[in-house]
Parts: sequence; structure tokens; C-alpha cells
Amino acid sequence: MENKLDGNAAAGILQAIFPFEMTLVQATCTGCGATNPIGATAAYMHGMGTVIRCPSCDMALIRVAQVKGRYLLDMRGVRVLQMKEG
Amino acid sequence: MTIRPETARTKSITFALPNWIGHRAGQHVDVRLTAEDGYQAERSYSIASPPEEAPRVTLTVERIDDGEVSPYLTEELRVGDKLELRGPIGGYFVWEAQLGGPLLLVAGGSGIVPLMAMLLHRVATSSTVPTRLLYSSRSLEDLIYRDELDHLVKNTTMLEVVQTLTRVRPPGWTGYTRRIDTQMLREVAWPVEQRPLTYICGPTPFVETAAASLVALGHEPARIKTERFGPTGET
Repeated sequence: MENKLDGNAAAGILQAIFPFEMTLVQATCTGCGATNPIGATAAYMHGMGTVIRCPSCDMALIRVAQVKGRYLLDMRGVRVLQMKEG
Repeated sequence: MTIRPETARTKSITFALPNWIGHRAGQHVDVRLTAEDGYQAERSYSIASPPEEAPRVTLTVERIDDGEVSPYLTEELRVGDKLELRGPIGGYFVWEAQLGGPLLLVAGGSGIVPLMAMLLHRVATSSTVPTRLLYSSRSLEDLIYRDELDHLVKNTTMLEVVQTLTRVRPPGWTGYTRRIDTQMLREVAWPVEQRPLTYICGPTPFVETAAASLVALGHEPARIKTERFGPTGET
């Protein structure tokens, strides 16, 4: 079974893509509208990639995978990402 | 690089990293191994050492028997081997002295590792933030940093360590003897009115029990930070 981890566990791959400290970035869920820092979300990691889910409604916020030298990022579950400047 | 056994299943590996940009207590690194055929496996490991020891960085790794990375790190790694480390990673599960407290740290098994970095950072900065550690292990033999924790308790003010041994207890054991539960947290946690800052790290069911119990006792969810680990995370 996939193991439920925290968004923190997905920080490595997100850090490789985004120029922000992603565990502190606030994500608003398309499904329920809840806003949480990525570090407080639930992350499911397996060989195919990582799925980050809303801690309130379990909607898939971000799917990310690294395949043959490319990062694939599906962010349809995120309505808004908020990050601090600087 | 130095390697030190902690328990039968865990070892601490200290790296000297000249290009290390510095870390904060609670952060982790990703360790990547590449086989001769190009196959790669990557796992996250918490940093056990405080920022003040940089550029020396210590990881404490528990061997997962069917794991892809931890058996190599705990059994086969030799001084001189090359490893790929990425980090530091994560700014969420982080405690710095200026965040204050009172501080409640709740560890299950090797979940003690990032919390140890917080305790050592607290000592290194001469912080007097009142701190309690509740640490659950299977047995005395499975207790990571046993001597180091004893030393810290004797030599540090405002630090209390409460232990529970869930499977095997030595004769005369006076600590808790069961898995963590709401009653235990009611007894150990700081009063809700003091608005403690809580960090919980351990296997997923342990973290869920501890976090749900604290919320049920009235603690603010936003002041409870969790780090779960498991077979795929191998923290």
C-alpha cells in the first residue's frame, strides 16, 4: 500500500522545479477551497511519482513525476499558490 | 566521513560537506544511489546534527530490511565511498530558537532524528525554551541516542524527557509501558493555555494518533507540525 507522508517528503522534487521553499508555499484546493502550506498536506510517494493531496478533502492537488529526464507536473487540483517574495 | 552504530538497526553517518549551504533543525536531505546499470534509488533522511555543527552533517539511518537505500547505508557504506546528497530540504518542519515555545517534541522510533537536531540546536544557542520530549521505542535496546539524551537531561535546564517502551521493559522500568495515546499526551503535553509548539515525527499511524490526540485535547492544529515516514520515505 502507498504510504501516507507529509508534503515535506515531496519537498526534494518540488525544490528541483520551483525556485521557492515549497513546503511553506500556501496552496488553495480546487475541490474544497481550503488553504494549507504544502508542508501540511498529505503526500503519497511511489515509483511512478508523487501525489500531494489536500489535508481537508483528499483532492489531488499536485501530481509530479520525473520521467526520462523530464519533470511532469499536473497541478489541476490547485486553485491558487501563494508564495512570499524574496 | 565517520560511521557510528546507534542501535542494532541504526547508524549515524557524519559527512564533511565543504560546499554545504547550512541547514535548519528539522530539515532533511535526499540521498541518491546509482547502480552500475544506471538504476537510481532515492530516499529522504532527516539531519540529526544541529546547524551549528556545519559543515559537518550527520544522518541517522534505520535499516529497513527490504529497503533499497538503507541497507546500503547501514551495512555496506565505507569511508571513501561517494554518495549524492541533495539538500537541505524542507522549511516547514523546522524549529529555530527564536520560534520559542514551550516546545513539545513527540518521537516514535527513528522519528527522534530531526527532533534531536532541534534539541542540539536548543543547546547550541543556549535557549531556555521549556522543552519536553515524549519518546516511544520498542525496547531499551531500540532507543536511539540513549546516552546522549541522558547527558542532555543532566546538563540542560528546562528539558524533560519522558519515555515509553512499548514491547520490552527492563526490570524496574518506571516510564510508560504502552503505545502513545490521548491519556499519555494529556499527562505529558504542556497545558493548552500555554500554546505549545509541537513537532511530531514517526511512522504514519504513530503521527496520526499523536496529532489527533493533541487536537482532541484542544491544541491548535496550526501549532502542531508533523513529519510522517514509512517504507517509501525511510526517513
